Amino acid sequence: MTTLKILPLGDSALVCEAGTSPTSANLATQRRVWHVASLARDWPDVREVVPGMNNLTLLFDPLATDIDVLSERLRDAWQTQPAAGEVGRDIEIPVHYGGQHGPDLADVAKHARLQPKTVVQRHTAPEYIVYFLGFQPGFAYLGGLDDSIAAPRRAEPRLSVPAGSVGIGGNQTGIYPLNSPGGWQIIGHATSALFDPAATPPALLAPGDRVRFTIASLDL
Amino acid sequence: MIDIQRAGLLTTVQDLGRTRQRAFGVASGGALDPLACAVANRLVGNDRNTATLEITMGTCVMRFTSATLVALTGADCHADLDGTPVWSWWRFPVAKGQTLTLRPSRFGMRTYLAVAGGIDVPETLGSRSTDLNGGFGGFEGRALHDGDRIAIGHPSATARKAEPLGVRPPLWLSDPLAHRVRVLPGPEYDDFTSVTHKSFWENPWQVTPNSNRMGYRLAGPEPLARKKNRMHDLLSHGVLPGVVQVPPSGQPIILLADAQTTGGYPKIGTVITADLWRLGQARLGSTLYFSECTAAEAREALREQLRYLDQIERALAWHDRGILSTPKVAAITRKRT
Repeated sequence: MTTLKILPLGDSALVCEAGTSPTSANLATQRRVWHVASLARDWPDVREVVPGMNNLTLLFDPLATDIDVLSERLRDAWQTQPAAGEVGRDIEIPVHYGGQHGPDLADVAKHARLQPKTVVQRHTAPEYIVYFLGFQPGFAYLGGLDDSIAAPRRAEPRLSVPAGSVGIGGNQTGIYPLNSPGGWQIIGHATSALFDPAATPPALLAPGDRVRFTIASLDL
Repeated sequence: MIDIQRAGLLTTVQDLGRTRQRAFGVASGGALDPLACAVANRLVGNDRNTATLEITMGTCVMRFTSATLVALTGADCHADLDGTPVWSWWRFPVAKGQTLTLRPSRFGMRTYLAVAGGIDVPETLGSRSTDLNGGFGGFEGRALHDGDRIAIGHPSATARKAEPLGVRPPLWLSDPLAHRVRVLPGPEYDDFTSVTHKSFWENPWQVTPNSNRMGYRLAGPEPLARKKNRMHDLLSHGVLPGVVQVPPSGQPIILLADAQTTGGYPKIGTVITADLWRLGQARLGSTLYFSECTAAEAREALREQLRYLDQIERALAWHDRGILSTPKVAAITRKRT
């Protein structure tokens, strides 16, 4: 099991980093991050728990919290075995691939030296894991992209990418929950709402969820 | 109702922000000067966390369609009510049909306008703050436009009979264009060179125009450099307001209330919670200086700030219950001269 490094972040937060290699993430460690996050959410002095990529940030009340005691509790939680079985849900996200919904599908295919249809097949094949949410409300960092369809970000980011756009950026894939500027290669459009401030919880996805993209339509 | 005749540069509805939403990728948001926001609310008899208007750089004109009690705090913007000057850090009654005009501020960046009963917008994810990036919360999830009509709450019985009264503002800085904020070294502080450490603490850092409620992009005389063996990128991690992150350009960015919840840049330091309001009042083009402090000093500064707020709340409560007469309150409040 990896060790836990705990560092203060300002006067009101701690960052807990797992392991020693800062450049690669793994799912076993991430499961432990989710486990500790679920425990820490119920601790009285803890205001917020934010899972990251193989790390965890805790926000607390600086006037009511003993950092040494909190760190000790974190180390104990890190040692405990996560409950057996999967933590997340299985979520299917139908995507309209290509055409006006996926203006960069051809470019991704060209870069991968594959047919656009093969790119879509390889994008819909894996079961992706939601590592954590960040960057934008409801945006999920997904693990599991097939390396063969990784693609560099666009040289010129678009000023506005519509909400629901499914993109590939480097070796990551994801869905833009909101209209926003964006530099990823857009290969399709998801019909599910990724973020709805009126819903409880407001985000469709949660850390630990398993995501499968399915083909709602294909326009090549 | 408040008829917004001129909305100005950026006027938004803000309370003290969202809690427990960061794990969904939702920023805390809320007033960039939470101290001024809290005091404005207390002056008109609201809870600290009631929705106010955050007005950037003054230039805002509004007409009240009903009588209420109003307080202005934060940046002093030479406001007048139908031509009669009104003070900052004061509360004053407004009659039906009166017009409040705010002009560009000389000191500070953001003014808070509280009305008795609060700005009446629906709560979204536990707060009435506007999330400009997400397009939700506040008034239709956006900054106010000319011609908007904003609903306001009903003043309480105490507020209806409250007399004009001011409070002592928090300590202002002598030079309106230079701000010193206290910083705790960040988790990646040791990844930077010793030359960079010196440069970070000693150099002036200018708040560039490319700054907003998400963060201040700073420009300094020399870029902040990492040690050659610490040049790797970090895995995305949680960030929060006050964090000073250093992108590859070496020009630091201070995250503010609307900042994204996670990031991957190394963090050279974090502005202490008690000084976040000073950042909120730093104007574009002004200069920031960083002072190193300890966690114990950061906690003491926060305690001192809460004492200031408690003192004001107690004095106002006593005054409104007639326990303290106005001259006695004057010791801790400011009389109009």
